[in-house]
Amino acid sequence: MSAVLDVTNLRKSFGALAVTDGVSLDLHPGECHAIIGPNGAGKTTLIHQLSGTLSPDAGMIRFAGEDVTAMGADHRARRGLGRTFQITSIIPGFSVLENVALSVQAMSGSSYRFFGRAARERGLNERAMTALDLLGIADRAERPAADLSHGEKRALELAVAIAAEPKALLLDEPMAGMGRDESAALVETLKGLKPQHPLLLIEHDMDAVFALADRVSVLVYGQIVATGTPDEIRQNPQARAAYLGEEA
Amino acid sequence: MRAALPALVVLALFAVVPWLAEVWGGSYLTSLAMRAMILAIAALSLDLLIGHGGMVSFGHAAFVAIGAYTAGIAITEGVTDLATILAIATAIAAAFALVTGAISLRTSGVSFIMITLAFGQMVFFTLGALNEYGADDGLTLWERAEVLARNDVLYFAILGTLAVVWLLIDRITGSRFGRVLRAARQNDVRVETLGYGVFGFRLTAYVLAGVIAALAGVLLANQAEFVSPAIASWQRSGDLIIIVVLGGMGSRSGAILGALAFVGLEEGLSTLTHDWRLIFGPLLIAIVLYAKGGLSSLFERRS
Repeated sequence: MSAVLDVTNLRKSFGALAVTDGVSLDLHPGECHAIIGPNGAGKTTLIHQLSGTLSPDAGMIRFAGEDVTAMGADHRARRGLGRTFQITSIIPGFSVLENVALSVQAMSGSSYRFFGRAARERGLNERAMTALDLLGIADRAERPAADLSHGEKRALELAVAIAAEPKALLLDEPMAGMGRDESAALVETLKGLKPQHPLLLIEHDMDAVFALADRVSVLVYGQIVATGTPDEIRQNPQARAAYLGEEA
Repeated sequence: MRAALPALVVLALFAVVPWLAEVWGGSYLTSLAMRAMILAIAALSLDLLIGHGGMVSFGHAAFVAIGAYTAGIAITEGVTDLATILAIATAIAAAFALVTGAISLRTSGVSFIMITLAFGQMVFFTLGALNEYGADDGLTLWERAEVLARNDVLYFAILGTLAVVWLLIDRITGSRFGRVLRAARQNDVRVETLGYGVFGFRLTAYVLAGVIAALAGVLLANQAEFVSPAIASWQRSGDLIIIVVLGGMGSRSGAILGALAFVGLEEGLSTLTHDWRLIFGPLLIAIVLYAKGGLSSLFERRS
């Protein structure tokens, strides 16, 4: 099975600090690949390089059979690489619906259109509503995004990402700040997304990781020290020492 | 609709000024109204950048000056065909916006303000060095562009342009393009990671705004029958920002209300004292502090 996302020997340093130190990993269709690791391991920096908001010093990123290493974030997104942010990143002044419609719009035709009313484009709104329905926040569609609760904003963030129908989705701590119930509900939602949208997941919530992931990689000081099934990782001494040990 | 109402009222007011002027004020009143309308056109274009795009350009008057000088020089050289003048002014403004925008938009925040200011000053000093066209003293026009020769035609041409530009900006901000522009003002990283090349959208807006401001400049030259480098000075760019803020950034009626209030206050206060800005300044601060959305917010009831 060929990988949707294939990262080879990625390197990024800030000054003398190697934040990403030769990372290789891949993401297969239909799977959830979780990256775990202690704070400061370079997880978010890695996501930034994969999504294109940060450019790596060396290495290669292939996405959907194409070398995207030199491409900006906008080009990668248009090729179907979606992402969410650790700190909720929405358009606060837009309605919930318009946030998602903006995402659909990016994938449906040119946005250099100057006259038609974007808010009245049914094609965009309908697809946006479908995504909101899936995340269970359809009843919030007309509310300003800034007024949502934290959990609802996280759901909106995800709705925005999946509305673009990505070929792969990079999730940067989607459960951050969520209660146990919300988190469990989100796990179920993500399980449903996995078949169409393979997930590269960064998450601190170990229950969520082990419930969702088909493979887990452990990132420590910019290096992947172990990769395997959740069970293998649970048994792996290096992984336990680096990360799981802290939890116990 | 409610948000557009104040602008419609002001436009209607401008439409009856010529008749009003026959009773009171005469050409003083009409020229005042024309000045306000021309400022409103320029401010509308600047609001596309500031209010909708989050690009605080401090050199917007340069585009007005480009339009004014194009008209001034063309008429001095005997070219009085309005279509020709507009074509040249538009082309120069677009080219200047494309080049300076491409450079300025690599920065943001204070750096963007400073770079646009610097480009504006370049235009100011360049115009002052045009020895054949009046240099620092400016250039008096002995006639207007052909079709604008009659006073009433000029007046309604300005009013018509204002109405069209107002509708145009309203359509643009509500369009797909405008949606991306407005979103990028609030969160450009998210917009970029959704698949939009934010730079291209901003540059397009910058060029559009520059062209519209140049249009205002062409009208200004014909109305004042005089052009000088002062049109491009940073104070004029500041006036345009004041109008946008005073009226309410990114609102449907803001630029028009702001321009009317600005000209009104300037005229009213300057009859009281030569140092009218001493009163105008605190007034502006009060509006910025207590009516955050500017004058237009006083008319809009937000839920």
